[in-house]
Amino acid sequence: MNTEPTLFELSKPGRKAWTLPKLDVPGIDPKDYFGNAGRKDSRLPELSEIDIARHFTRLSILNHHIDKGLYPLGSCTMKYNPKINERASRLPGFAEIHPLLPETACQGALQLMYELGEYLKEITGFDAITLQPGAGAHGELTGMMMVRKYFEKKGEKRTRVLVPDSAHGTNPASITLAGFKVEKINSDEKGQIDLKGLENASNQTVACLMVTNPNTLGIFESRIRRICEIMHSKGALVYLDGANLNAYMGIHRPGDAGFDLMHMNLHKTFSTPHGGGGPGGGPVAVKSWLEPFLPKPVIRHSSHYWLDYDRPDSIGKVLAFSGHFGVFVKAWTYIRMLGPEGLRDASECAVLNANYIRAGLEGIYELPYKGHSLHEVVFSGSNLRQYGIRTLDIAKGLLDYGLHAPTVYFPLIVSEAMLIEPTETESLESLDDFIKAMKEIAEQAKTNPDRLHNAPLKTPVQRLDEALASRKLDVNYEESV
Amino acid sequence: MKYTPHTPEDKRLITERIGVRNIEELFSGIPKDIRVKGKLNLPGPASELEITAELEKLAASNSRPICFAGCGAYDHYLPAIVDTIVSRPEFYTAYTPYQAEVSQGTLQFMYEFQSLVCRLFDMEVANDSMYDCASALAETAHMARDITHRQKILVSAGINPNYLDVVKTYARGLNVPLGTIPLKNGTTDLAVLKQMLDDQVAAIMVQHPNFFGTIEPMNEISRLVHAKNGLLIVSVDPLSLGLLNPPGKYDADIAVGEGQSLGIPLSFGGPYLGLLTTRKRFIRKMPGRLVARTIDSNGKKGYVLALQTREQHIRRERATSNICTNQALCALAATVYLAYLGPRGIRATGEHCLAKSHYLARRISELPGFELKNEQPFFKEFAVRTPVSASSIINAGLKNNILAGVDLGRFSPEWKNQILVAVTEKRTRTEMDRYIDFLKSEFGGQ
Repeated sequence: MNTEPTLFELSKPGRKAWTLPKLDVPGIDPKDYFGNAGRKDSRLPELSEIDIARHFTRLSILNHHIDKGLYPLGSCTMKYNPKINERASRLPGFAEIHPLLPETACQGALQLMYELGEYLKEITGFDAITLQPGAGAHGELTGMMMVRKYFEKKGEKRTRVLVPDSAHGTNPASITLAGFKVEKINSDEKGQIDLKGLENASNQTVACLMVTNPNTLGIFESRIRRICEIMHSKGALVYLDGANLNAYMGIHRPGDAGFDLMHMNLHKTFSTPHGGGGPGGGPVAVKSWLEPFLPKPVIRHSSHYWLDYDRPDSIGKVLAFSGHFGVFVKAWTYIRMLGPEGLRDASECAVLNANYIRAGLEGIYELPYKGHSLHEVVFSGSNLRQYGIRTLDIAKGLLDYGLHAPTVYFPLIVSEAMLIEPTETESLESLDDFIKAMKEIAEQAKTNPDRLHNAPLKTPVQRLDEALASRKLDVNYEESV
Repeated sequence: MKYTPHTPEDKRLITERIGVRNIEELFSGIPKDIRVKGKLNLPGPASELEITAELEKLAASNSRPICFAGCGAYDHYLPAIVDTIVSRPEFYTAYTPYQAEVSQGTLQFMYEFQSLVCRLFDMEVANDSMYDCASALAETAHMARDITHRQKILVSAGINPNYLDVVKTYARGLNVPLGTIPLKNGTTDLAVLKQMLDDQVAAIMVQHPNFFGTIEPMNEISRLVHAKNGLLIVSVDPLSLGLLNPPGKYDADIAVGEGQSLGIPLSFGGPYLGLLTTRKRFIRKMPGRLVARTIDSNGKKGYVLALQTREQHIRRERATSNICTNQALCALAATVYLAYLGPRGIRATGEHCLAKSHYLARRISELPGFELKNEQPFFKEFAVRTPVSASSIINAGLKNNILAGVDLGRFSPEWKNQILVAVTEKRTRTEMDRYIDFLKSEFGGQ
C-alpha cells in the first residue's frame, strides 16, 4: 500500500472547493479596516472537493473500527454504535439549535437532557446528576472538585485521596488537578482492595476513596459495602469511576452500595461512538448531600423545563455550555431503544462473552486471578517470555488476523497484562475467531517467534519507530519542510 | 430492541463452555443485598420506528429562528463534504489510535489537523484538541505556571464570561490566584494592565476579538506582558484568522480557540472543539494528545502518538493534564472544513462575516434609542445598547422567528439593556432587513 500524501502535498495553487453567494451588502476592505491588525496569507492548502473526498476516504480505510471487526480493548467498552443514534443527533431540531436559545424555545432539548439524567440516576441509584463533563476524566475532575467544595463548606481540611493500585491513570491525574494528594492503596491476592491497608490509611485527613468497580481486573469488590462504611466512619466520601458500568446495568446499582458519587462514560456504556478518541460524555451522579455542589446550570422540571443558575455552592462551570448535547441524544436513544430488559441483557451478554474468552484461553495464557470475572478479563502473556515473546508481540500478531489487540500493559499490577473486553455485541463466531487467533499466536510463539517479532506484516504500515518520533519530533508539516 | 446477537442456543453453548449452570452464577461476586430486585424503572424497549417518531417530536419542539446569536457558538454554513467524511464508520467507530499500525487514518488526519491549526494560528505546535475553548483556556493557567514557576494569572474582562467561569472552576482546584484587568472603551485597559503586571504574574489571558466582538490591541498587550517576562495567552475565533493577524504574529506564547466555527454544528452547545497551540519549547508542558510523523520498520512514512510520557496513562499524578478522551471526531470535521476553505475561502468567508455584520450594525445604530456599545473595529459580533430590556427584544424576536442575539443581562445586571449580536456569512440581506423591520415595528417608537 502506498503512503497517502498529506493535504499539503496534495495542494495545488488555484484549486478550490468552497462556494459562497454573491455578497448582497456593501463590501469592506479588511486591509483598510483592520490596518496593522490585518492578515495577508493563512497558507492553508488548496484542494478541489474530489481531492478532499478521496484523501479522507483513502485515509479512512487505513483504520480498524468496530464496523469492521472485534475491538476488545479492556476498559474501553468498544460496543457496536447503533446507526439510529447517528441519525437522531443530526435531526435539524437538535443539530441546528443555539445553546443560548431562551428556555421557551428549546423545551424539547431540555426535556431530552432532563430525561437522560433521570434514566442515568435510575440505572446507577443516585439522587442528582450533571451531564456537563465532556468525558470520563472530566467527570472525575468535576467529581473531585465537588468533594473538595463539600469539605470546604463543612470547614474541614482534608488533603488526601486514596486510589487502588489497579486504577486508571486518569484517576490520580484528576485528583491532582483538583488540588488533592494521591495515595496508593494495594490490592490483595484476590485482586481486591486490601481492607487492612485501607483501614490503616484512613483517617480525618482523607477526603475520598476513588474506586473502579468492578475493578480493572474485571473483579467486583465483594466487600464494597464494608469499604464504604470504613470511609464514611472517618467522614470521608467514596467516588466510583464508572468506566465499568457495562458489567451490571439492571443487576446492581452503585448508589445502593454506599457510593457518594460516580461518573459514567456515555461513549462506553451507552453506545455513543468513540470517534477515534472523542467526543465522549462524562455525567456525574451524586447523592443528595453533594447536590448543592453540582456544576451550574442544573436542569429542572416543573410545569416546563428550565435551567437553574442560582446555585451559590456550585463548583461553577466545567464547559462553556451544558455539555455534549449531540452525545446526549445518542445515549437517550440507546437507553430508550433497549429499555430495562435490554440494558440488563447487554450487561449479561457482556459478562457471558468475557467469561467465554476466559474459558477459551485459560491454560493458553496465564490467568493471574482465578474465579469468574465480570465484563472483562485480564491475562498475562508472561508464560511466553521464555520464547522471547512479549505482550506487545501478541498484540501486533493479532493485527495480522484483522482483529484489534486488547489493552496491553494495563492494569499495571499485572506483568505483561492483556485486558480483554469483548462487549455484548460480539457474536459467538466472532469470539471464536478471536480465541482461535490467540491460540495460534501462542503456538507461533513456540514454533516461529520471529514471525511475531516482525508482526504486523499485513497492515498498512509495519511497526513504527516511536523512539525516532520522540527524538526528531515532527508534529507540524511546516516544521518538516 | 437489543443489539446483542446471541440466540438462546448460543447462550446455552456459552454457559456450558464456561462451566456454569446459568448466567446468574457469573454474577455471584456481587453480594445479594446490593442486587437490583426486579426491573429498573425505565420506559420499556421500543422499535426504531417508535423512537424516531418520539425524537422527531422532541426535535420539532425546539425553534430554529434565524440566528443572530453568538457568544462562542456561531451559525456558520456547514459544507456537505464535512458531514460526509465524519459520517464514515471507519472514523467514528474507531478508538484512540493506540495500535498505530491499524490507526493510520486517524493518526494522519490528526497530524494534518495539528499542522493546519499551526498554519492558521502561525504557531509552532498544536495538540489534538481539548473539550472546548473554555476548558482549553482553563488548562493553560496550569501550563503557564508550570513554565514560568510564577503563580498569578491576570484575566482580561474581555474574556467570554462563560469561559471565565470555567477558568475560575479550574483555578480553584490548584489555588491559582486570578486578577481581572478591566476594559476601557471596549478593550483591555493598557494603563491598568501595566500597573498590574509584576514579576509574580505567570500569564495574562486575553480574548481577541473580545467577548463584545471588539479587536484588542494585541501588539501593545504583547509588549507589556513580555516586558515583565510573563506569558501571553490569547483566545481567538479561528475563523477570524483569514482576516486578522494570527497569534504568532503578535508573539503569543499560548493560543487557544473555539473550533466550533470550523464546520461543527451548533448542536445546543456541544460537542465542540478546543484548539490549543504553543511554542515548540513548551511542548512538554502542553496538555493533550500529540501525533508525530515517523517511519516504520521498512522505512515507510507513518504516524504515531508522541510524547505520551506527559500524559495521564503513563505519568499518572504527575501528568500535565488528566485529559484522555478528547474531541477527535470534531477535529476531523475542522480538518475537512479547513481543507475545503483553503486560504481564499477562509478569507472570503471572513469578508462576508465582516461586511454583513457591519451592515446590520449600521442599520441597528440608525434606529432611535439603539446604539453600538463600542466604536472600535469588530469582526462578526457586536454589542448594542437597547432602549428596552434585552430580554424583551429577544422574546419579541422569537415571535417573529428571529433570535435577535444574546441578552447580556444574563451575565451581569448592569448589562440588562444590551444585546450581543453575531452575523455570519449565512445571513442574507433580506434576513437582516427583516430584523430591522422587526425592531422598528416592535420598538421603533421608543
